[in-house]
Amino acid sequence: MSQHLESSPPVYAERNYLNTPATGLKSWLTTLDHKRIGVMFLIAALIFFAVGGLFAMLIRVELLTPGPTVMDAMTYNRMFTLHGVVMIFLFMIPAIPSGFGNFLVPIMVGAKDVAFPRLNLLSFYVYLLGAVVALVGMIYGGADTGWTFYTPYSTTTATKVVTILVGAFILGFSSILTGLNFIVTVHTLRAPGITWNKLPLFVWSIYGTSIIQILATPVLGMTLLLVAIEHAFGWGIFDPARGGDPVLFQHFFWFYSHPAVYIMILPAMAVVSEVVCAFSRKNIFGYKAVAYSSLGIAFVGFFTWGHHLFTSGQSAFNAGVFGVLTMFVGIFTAIKVFNWVATMYKGSISFKTPFIYFIGFLFFLFFGGMTGVALGTVSLDIHWQDTYFVVAHFHFIMVGSTIMAFLAALHYWWPKMTGRMYNERWGLVGATLVISGFVFTFLPQFLLGNEGMPRRYYNYPERFQALNVASTAGASVLAIGFTIILIYILVALKHGAIAGPNPWGSRGYEWLTPSPPPLENFDVLPAFERGPHEYHELPAAGAAGGEARHA
Amino acid sequence: MHSAVAHHFENLEKQGQAQRLGMWLFLATEVLLFTALFAAYGVYRYLYTEAFSQASRGLETWLGGVNTFVLVTSSFTVAMGLDAIAKGKNRLTAALFGVSIALGCVFMVLKGYEYHHHFTHAELPGPFYGGPIAGSGGSMFFALYFLITGLHAFHVIIGMTVLAVIGARAWLGKYDAQYHVPVELAGLYWHLVDLIWIFVFPLIYLI
Amino acid sequence: MNELLRSLLFLPTQLSRHARDVDGLHFFVVVTTMVAGLLIFATALVFMIRYRRRSEADTTPEVQPGHWHEALFVGVPLAFFLLWFAIGYPQFVETQQPPPGAMDVFVQGKKWMWKFAYQGGPSSLDVLRVPAGRPVRLLITSRDVIHSFYVPELRLKQDALPGRYTQTWFQAEQPGRYQVFCAEYCGLSHSGMLAELVVMPAADFDQWVADQRRGEARAQDAALTGGEQPMPGSSILEQGRRVAAEQGCLKCHSVDGSRHIGPTFVDLYGRQEKLTTGESITADEAYLTRSMMDPAAQVVAGFQNVMPSFQGRMTPPEVAAVVEYIKSLKTPAVTAGPSEGPVYEPTPRK
Repeated sequence: MSQHLESSPPVYAERNYLNTPATGLKSWLTTLDHKRIGVMFLIAALIFFAVGGLFAMLIRVELLTPGPTVMDAMTYNRMFTLHGVVMIFLFMIPAIPSGFGNFLVPIMVGAKDVAFPRLNLLSFYVYLLGAVVALVGMIYGGADTGWTFYTPYSTTTATKVVTILVGAFILGFSSILTGLNFIVTVHTLRAPGITWNKLPLFVWSIYGTSIIQILATPVLGMTLLLVAIEHAFGWGIFDPARGGDPVLFQHFFWFYSHPAVYIMILPAMAVVSEVVCAFSRKNIFGYKAVAYSSLGIAFVGFFTWGHHLFTSGQSAFNAGVFGVLTMFVGIFTAIKVFNWVATMYKGSISFKTPFIYFIGFLFFLFFGGMTGVALGTVSLDIHWQDTYFVVAHFHFIMVGSTIMAFLAALHYWWPKMTGRMYNERWGLVGATLVISGFVFTFLPQFLLGNEGMPRRYYNYPERFQALNVASTAGASVLAIGFTIILIYILVALKHGAIAGPNPWGSRGYEWLTPSPPPLENFDVLPAFERGPHEYHELPAAGAAGGEARHA
Repeated sequence: MHSAVAHHFENLEKQGQAQRLGMWLFLATEVLLFTALFAAYGVYRYLYTEAFSQASRGLETWLGGVNTFVLVTSSFTVAMGLDAIAKGKNRLTAALFGVSIALGCVFMVLKGYEYHHHFTHAELPGPFYGGPIAGSGGSMFFALYFLITGLHAFHVIIGMTVLAVIGARAWLGKYDAQYHVPVELAGLYWHLVDLIWIFVFPLIYLI
Repeated sequence: MNELLRSLLFLPTQLSRHARDVDGLHFFVVVTTMVAGLLIFATALVFMIRYRRRSEADTTPEVQPGHWHEALFVGVPLAFFLLWFAIGYPQFVETQQPPPGAMDVFVQGKKWMWKFAYQGGPSSLDVLRVPAGRPVRLLITSRDVIHSFYVPELRLKQDALPGRYTQTWFQAEQPGRYQVFCAEYCGLSHSGMLAELVVMPAADFDQWVADQRRGEARAQDAALTGGEQPMPGSSILEQGRRVAAEQGCLKCHSVDGSRHIGPTFVDLYGRQEKLTTGESITADEAYLTRSMMDPAAQVVAGFQNVMPSFQGRMTPPEVAAVVEYIKSLKTPAVTAGPSEGPVYEPTPRK
């Protein structure tokens, strides 16, 4: 491959995973290739993102006016429940780890596939099965419990909560299988030359994510199953009328669901660590700090769940312990933020679409994170708990940041996955709309929370209307932004310019192979002499200078 | 290269290493699945101390004890089967696994007898409880009792199925002294089923 | 300054000292966050302009952090986070410890309404009347699912859990009318589960209580609150005795000091009881009410827990009446003895 792009046009790899061994639908549905499975996960997750987004828009339209706007209270309650369930279990948890992770982790460790390809395919079908069960539950009545399924409401509601609980339980298996696969892959399939300290930061974060998935998901599965049993048979595990303890459910639930926040945000950090290096053309500032802080988050994140229960009447001692630990988990994120900013120092920054999303990510992560720490101070949480402040906070930190990272990943690795470029100008337009739309949707919600509007309110006093209208207006911008992205990215699939193996001049291992990659990832396995984030002594190469992989 | 090596592994050893690690991680998730129930049991035992110890005293401890002995013995025969395959005696392995399955059946029969006893005495969870303990403690104990032992029994059934399949394949000579990772993994799973019972028995019967 | 920041952040009025304190922390947090954000993003902006890509042939040096970088990255934010926590946590602890002499109000959430019962007997639906300038303790429970009592002006929120009591307290300063929200999702009319907090000048409040006791203001209150009838205006102790007899309490708990199936009611209030768990607690109002709702939670050592839950079988005013009745059962020796009684003392009846 040439060092100078000017002299030879970029090449579209003729034999690649998209057409080898075959192209038919059957060859996709029975594939064991991690790249194809990753792509299928991405497509499914995007479809569910659209469904969840539709619910979100309906919610925002309903909240335009106090009282009924377009739907009744029961429909509204189902709407926000389904929005939460779809977005969390069907989009955010699988999107980056199962989608991009599947595609990239084996390539980044120089492997031909994940350790257990059949389990990997099984994970996809289990995901589909869980999604179908949950969807059936939604079509035949839905649930009106909120995605948190708090008992005893969830055990007494007349809606189809059992079906949705079983769906979520099945989805947990998919999550566990994927996590298990990644851990084993990273441990046993690293190519010669890729030591732990030369592991791409993306892989480090996905590794941390996988640990959380494996350790936390079984507890959630059991908890959801208990709620389903309780709802179906009335055994009384969480029902105070039968001597059960409803707060125990909250402990169990958040034991999973707080780490689950990190299941969503760690992969986002994984993406960003790659993007900031590639577009600053700089080595990462503090590789070890960034890598190990992922593990720190995975570990400490397990001991902070009680900060969701400050108003539940738990003892002041418990509240104190969980509060302090919450402060510590914030530190690991702070380290990363500082290191990413410092990475730009003395870099050579190229403002391509993925980098714009990085800036958006930094903004949402910083303000989402700081409001999270503020919520951990306990006394402020008492005011904010279950208000729109919390809604805005978690949409900033886990939705805003994750969506930013997801879109950054989509644009950054699009050429690798499809072999073609998207339209950069439309990319910038989309990024601007999505980032500003997101800010305008959720900034008013912080203020609504300050003012005291509780979440999950169908009806609200009139003094809250102005901010609600502002929020809905922001959401419309967001929807337009997403639509534009969807259009140009589909156009790029067929009409995009040929990308070549490394259009960004990145040092990541995945760019050492042609685009799209061949069936077993590398035609000739590179020596992996350099670290994946080392940019110094970069020879004066062209814009899309191919890597010296035969050098 | 051995025919059992998948295309993306360098060699048999590396593949076995990956499979073992995968199995250990899977066992970790199994342990955590039960941990949630154990935690619930602990919390309610604390809340209903008297009712729980009364209900626990009402259980047939000797049955639990015999079952513990049965399961530990079955684990022992599985371990012997593993030793046999390492020496290449695949038929002996299959036979020993057969013994373990038989012991598993004994366990299930005894458990079934116990369940029958509970049913006839209305020692059942939630609203179905008709036992002598007043208040919510009795029904709560049996809700958790059936959840924990039921989930464990489910694992015993899965374990017996796994042993049956692997045992049959061993009989057919699919494994040898060089390659027998699946036999190892089946054994690991059975040991876990045994280990969980080792926790369940004192927790429910003895304390 | 306070007013400016408060209106910038859309915060409602500060009805109590606690609300002012919490807002103080809020402003501190917001200002530090903004300053830190400004510093970080200004630095990022400088880097982006200064180090933008000028040519595709740009090369970059390798820059690695020293240990002091990482120490700084960890130390500075951690110091601020812990400082916030050090301010916020005591504020929370304060809300958990009602001052002696606080007036008790029993709060019961129910789909989808709030009931408030006073120890003197009156109760009301969806209207909580409290005196300005006096501490009020809320003993909160629920009849069905979890609700959460929330008054933004007080910066106060406390979950109402079925089967147990939680508590919080406040001291409202200015008279006025404020909205009470339910903050924990509870079904169809969650957003309709509103009540009104009416803070009255102390003298007016006393007058209102007196009116309620005489039963004179019953009709007037019913009109205000949508029909909830306060209890018949008989003596609270008489009523408590009657409820205790009707509900069967006296079948197991003696009133003459003798030992029966349950601990005797005589001198129970304020007694140090040893529990089956080995802990010891003071039998105060919270313990007594909790024992009625959730008998198994804290059983006195030496007794079997055979008591059924009275959750949903007694109304808050009845619970309050029984508690008052138990409190009245004191032998003279104890009443005359040194005051080593409960940590928490209720306000003397007027």
